[in-house]
Amino acid sequence: MSDVLLFLETAHGEAGATLKKPAAEVATAGRALADALGGRLVALITGDVPADGILGLHGVDHVLTVSGDGYGRHMLAPQAAALEAAVASVRPRAVLLAASVLGKELGAYVAGRLGWSLMSDVISVALDGDRLTATKPKYAGKALARLAAAGPAIVSLRPNAVPPAENARDATSEALVVAASDARVRLREVVAAGEKKLELTEADTIVSGGRGLGAPENWGLITDLAHALGAAHGASRAVVDAGWRPHAEQVGQTGKTVSPKLYIACGISGAIQHLAGMSSSKVIVAVNKDAEAPIFKVADYGIVGDVHDVLPLLTAAAGTFLTS
Amino acid sequence: MKIIVCIKRVVDTETRVKIGADGASIDLGGVQYITAPYDEMAVEKAIQLRDEAGEGNVTVVTVGPAAATKELRTALAMGADEAVHATTENRLGPQATALALKAAIDGRDYDLILCGKQATDEDDAAVGPMLAAALELPCVAFVHGLTVEGGKAIVEREIDGETEILEVDLPAVLTAQKGLAEPRYPGLKGIMAAKKKPLATAEAAGGDDPTVLESLALPPARGAMVTIEPTADGMRSLLESLRNDKKVL
Repeated sequence: MSDVLLFLETAHGEAGATLKKPAAEVATAGRALADALGGRLVALITGDVPADGILGLHGVDHVLTVSGDGYGRHMLAPQAAALEAAVASVRPRAVLLAASVLGKELGAYVAGRLGWSLMSDVISVALDGDRLTATKPKYAGKALARLAAAGPAIVSLRPNAVPPAENARDATSEALVVAASDARVRLREVVAAGEKKLELTEADTIVSGGRGLGAPENWGLITDLAHALGAAHGASRAVVDAGWRPHAEQVGQTGKTVSPKLYIACGISGAIQHLAGMSSSKVIVAVNKDAEAPIFKVADYGIVGDVHDVLPLLTAAAGTFLTS
Repeated sequence: MKIIVCIKRVVDTETRVKIGADGASIDLGGVQYITAPYDEMAVEKAIQLRDEAGEGNVTVVTVGPAAATKELRTALAMGADEAVHATTENRLGPQATALALKAAIDGRDYDLILCGKQATDEDDAAVGPMLAAALELPCVAFVHGLTVEGGKAIVEREIDGETEILEVDLPAVLTAQKGLAEPRYPGLKGIMAAKKKPLATAEAAGGDDPTVLESLALPPARGAMVTIEPTADGMRSLLESLRNDKKVL
């Protein structure tokens, strides 16, 4: 019980399967934990294995693959059966996975099935003596909890919390056979919403807009800046409740909690429930015409000005700066 | 259509968090309480499904302190039919909560269990899937669309900008994402009717959670803000600083 098992998610595009962005972060955290435990780092990949391979990347010693239909999407039952089979084979001290939609659901479900400790959506994990410990934001980040587990644990790691490190090594690989799982949930259809988007919680840069935009037809100011920066775009609750933007874009305590490297808040005053959802961002830039807006209390850079004037300037500057 | 909805009493999302004297909980002095927002969406959706089916009932269940009777009565005032209160004054971890919920609903007949995707205090997003594991039921978390037809639930959830449409055999556990339903405000008639609706109370089933919450602290304070002039030159200096000083571009 000193190995660490990773569940790594893959995405499927025209070029075949690729690891999702948080996989390297999860592997980096897993490597550090495996070293502390004196054990191996074993990665489970279900469905199509990325063609460029993950063997040896990010400190993985051994790869378990589970092939077959039904792993391409985010269906809980087959993924849970595969993870439980891998747990039975490896008998790890900890399972690490990304705190994604699937990762949170799968981690909780399998922890429930196994009676293991769950540490959900943590920003760090470590070994303290013979206990696993983790730091976990509560109240949408208004407080940080220290969690501890004496026994085995499943840990989901918040995207962007751990910088990924390269750590190539010789690794072995093995196919795992998993019995057919429960088929009480079946995929009917996948509806793509235009272009495939990066999950907001996994983006490096987010440009968010609020009421200060004035009207939904001004939203182009946000998407233009996001495009210039290669960023995802988000929205405040006020804008979502007003029907300007879809729920999936809402950042805040009743939306998504994000911690990108760079968060640019445009025309957002900074209601406490919005601040809770984004104040763990590494760097925060705020644009607001009200110098007293609460958003400036958490901002690293503040621009007091009207978004209608400032955003075109910033977009133009970003266009020339990032290509220079 | 018999539906069980699991709800939790939480501190209002507008609360300014202060750490309590024990260093492992928040200071509850003067805080307001609400039903966790996603749980409220689940209650609303359950009422709508029952009314569309034209038969059945909605039972709301909570594991929480005696004071959580208020949140159960609110759900009854919205239109739920009965309530079950498993009482405990202690903070329970997700595993212990799921097992206490299981004990509270064991022996009841249901077609569907709805939970909020997460309570806005613990933020684990775990109790729904853990309850499904305990009851050996299928589970889909983070559902923003739900219809029921012929003993099956058709659910929608969004992942990476795509919507997956799934067919789920009932009974099942589903957790509510924003967009599932817009909670109604209870009317006076509903509030009066709620007082006469059945509310069963029993002590929550015990059990330790394998995860211990050792301490709670405020996040580190952020540094002083740099003011940038709203000019083209200001924008250029901002971008340079983001790249050279902060290394985020």
